[in-house]
Amino acid sequence: MRDDTHFDLAIIGGGVVGCAIARQLTLDGARVILLEKGHDILSGASKANSAILHTGYDAPQDSLELSCIQAGYAEYMEIHKRLNLPLLKTGAFVVAWNSQEQSRLDGIVAQAHRNGVTDVTLLTDEALRAAVPGLSDTAVAGVQVPGEHVIDPWSAPLAYLLQAMANGAQVRLGAEVTDGILHNGTWTLDTSRGAVRARCVINAAGLFGDIVEARLLDRHDFEIRPTKGQFVVLDKAARRHLSSIILPVPSAETKGIVLCPTIFGNVLVGPTAEPQTDRTRATVEGDTLLNLRERAAQIMPVMAEMPVTACYAGLRPATEQKAYRIKLHGDRNWISVGGIRSTGLSAALGIARHVAGLHAEMGDRLVPIPDPVWPQVPNLAEHRPRDWQNPGHGKMLCHCELVTQREVEAALVGPLPAGTLGGLKRRTRATMGRCQGFYCTGKLAALLQGHLQEPMDKGMVKR
Amino acid sequence: MNDGASQAAEEHDVIVVGAGPAGLSAAIALREEGITRVCVLDRESEAGGNPRHCAHPPFGMREYNRVLTGPTYARRMVAQARQVGIDIRVNHSVARIGEGGVLHVVHPEGVQQMRADRVILATGARETPRAARLVSGLRPLGVLTTGALQNMVNLNNLIPFRAPVIVGSELVSFSAVLTCRHAGIQPRMMIEEAPRITAWAASRALPGILGIPVLTGCRLERIVGDTQVEAVVLRLANGVEQQVACDGVLFTGQFTPEAALARMGHLALCLETGGPLIDQHGRCSDPSYFATGNMLRPVETAGWCFDEGRRIGKAVARDLSGGLPDTSDAIAVTVEPPIKYAVPQRILPGMKNRPLEKLQLRVLEVTHGELRVEQGGALLWHRRGHFLPERRILIPLAALQMTGTSPLTVTLRPG
Repeated sequence: MRDDTHFDLAIIGGGVVGCAIARQLTLDGARVILLEKGHDILSGASKANSAILHTGYDAPQDSLELSCIQAGYAEYMEIHKRLNLPLLKTGAFVVAWNSQEQSRLDGIVAQAHRNGVTDVTLLTDEALRAAVPGLSDTAVAGVQVPGEHVIDPWSAPLAYLLQAMANGAQVRLGAEVTDGILHNGTWTLDTSRGAVRARCVINAAGLFGDIVEARLLDRHDFEIRPTKGQFVVLDKAARRHLSSIILPVPSAETKGIVLCPTIFGNVLVGPTAEPQTDRTRATVEGDTLLNLRERAAQIMPVMAEMPVTACYAGLRPATEQKAYRIKLHGDRNWISVGGIRSTGLSAALGIARHVAGLHAEMGDRLVPIPDPVWPQVPNLAEHRPRDWQNPGHGKMLCHCELVTQREVEAALVGPLPAGTLGGLKRRTRATMGRCQGFYCTGKLAALLQGHLQEPMDKGMVKR
Repeated sequence: MNDGASQAAEEHDVIVVGAGPAGLSAAIALREEGITRVCVLDRESEAGGNPRHCAHPPFGMREYNRVLTGPTYARRMVAQARQVGIDIRVNHSVARIGEGGVLHVVHPEGVQQMRADRVILATGARETPRAARLVSGLRPLGVLTTGALQNMVNLNNLIPFRAPVIVGSELVSFSAVLTCRHAGIQPRMMIEEAPRITAWAASRALPGILGIPVLTGCRLERIVGDTQVEAVVLRLANGVEQQVACDGVLFTGQFTPEAALARMGHLALCLETGGPLIDQHGRCSDPSYFATGNMLRPVETAGWCFDEGRRIGKAVARDLSGGLPDTSDAIAVTVEPPIKYAVPQRILPGMKNRPLEKLQLRVLEVTHGELRVEQGGALLWHRRGHFLPERRILIPLAALQMTGTSPLTVTLRPG
């Protein structure tokens, strides 16, 4: 009989990092519960990013971030097929737009090589232009990073957590951790959905990491300083003009605005880097969105002709320092996983391995699951077969993204059904296309009745 | 990718993509002209196009000499098409178009390749959603377009909000008001950024638009609300910011052709309309493809589209019997602001038979001045007037005495 109140590990936070840790430690043999205050996973920082799987070519030398990115990258390569996760090798080009930026390219190559990413090379303007057709002719020179990939930023963490669950982990949604006490080597966590007992707590609460530590540890050694990033998604017609990620030469403050193909067949431009204090509200700003559009056209002039499909903004859980803030508090049976600002998607699996190592330092002996289950997530990537290509899909629900009724129905059942409209969109892509729901809102609202915490409708028509 | 390419393509004389007014009437015209294998594909579960969810009059005055609601009009059109033996297939999405009339079609039983000697694209238009308008603020639930609202209310009996702010004052905006009233939704107000109501006549026909205040010269600054819309912040005509409590935002109008197939495919696109580039026969850059209806331009009435579809259907029938010349000596039509677009964008000179008899224009803003059509410096046509946005402006092609192949330029000089 499984004990549903007592666990080896409680993970606070269902973002990409929490999901990856849940997977790793479950596979390592721990009894894991993941607590998420939202009504679906990926409700915070992880819902908005640029969906790149980084090589770590530009990460700080000898940093924990670098080793986590590279371990995460390697593990994603190893496991993605078994979870049916997509991977698209696009490569990236760091483009210098003036001589001052050009003078820093050698340093970028040197750092990449020091980081072990040895296939990174300097390109002359001629070679750059040949490699990136359509690039604005104001580009001066560039650096090629062949190993950068794009992935599905939402299916990946979903698959990590589903694998954890398939192998015994539990997930409690809508469960905000409000208080907790460590007594006789066991934490009792009070959540908005009941108490949970666990020997060790892993704080992966992202934008709320410092608040959770203040509540439970009465101290916190990092401070979250949210950084907002706004993005514009361009029509799928843009994708045929862009096959690689185009990066600027980074400044001291930010990695800058990226033009990036998505695994779903769009082109993404963003993010901005705007410090703010609010931890939940990420507004889009018309002027900024317009600037992003213009920036896309400056990088690649044909982008000026491409309509905007979507705009969004997300918050990155930066801290007062740049480095990851991962630390074992051995005396408190607590592991802090904070400050995973912008490389969380790439590094998550590596962070999970690192955290598992810290957990082992606590002396708990775990016996890895001998023959773990590998659930498969539905594929949403444009370059691989989608559900609509298979007979019996019911009918097309979302025409722009070719989402079938069968896909939507599948996302509403199973161990981790969509709890919010955002969660459903992330699982299926319904309404995420160019019409943004003009054609499918009605059908979708009818199909989703009774399934979501925040329904799309406000009741029936009264005639 | 499995595109059904392994199976032989199903062959037709003409495939029409889209069973709205333009597509259905093109198909009916083809049958009247003796074309036998005509197939209409529609991705929705029911044929009829956008009028299906416009549950109010006036529809059908031009086609059926009576005033019908949208759904009745749609049913009538579909019945008429079926009666003349047209094969209408619903739940059939065209995923991709290829050269020479090859279509990759998706339906509940799988994927299939179809091919026709001629394909008519009639995929209609849709409104510009919030994202493409680059509106500021948070992104809560309750932000819709009229199409989505009517879809929810009229086809699914659900209401998305009870007290929304309506953005825009085009014809469709008043259709939205009717839908709201019909469903017991009480709009807080209608706002229009321009200094006057765009669909002025419609606003007169609905006295005081049923008690809803209309604010012109008023801009939507941002949307407020974490999970549900809680308010909007407006910039009033006098420059003052004002927050208005509401539980929804309804973006109306700013139509754009639903031309994804053309955009994603191989057809030349007109940047001004957002639809495919055509000649006066509705013929696209790949002469196997024709286009008609609101995918050509934003946006015309259902009646206009029905009439236009019939004309294009007849042109396609003529083309199938070798009656249309090739497009090599077509004259390009170019426009500059404040003209928004001109359709058709290519004209074959010297042809008596003109399915599209008129050059269709729209302007971007209210302009008083002289509309001129010139070719190589020679003035072919001109007219002084007061030109309003979203109003039909027509120039008869018969009046344009073109020589040579240099482009036509259409200009509107204020003054």
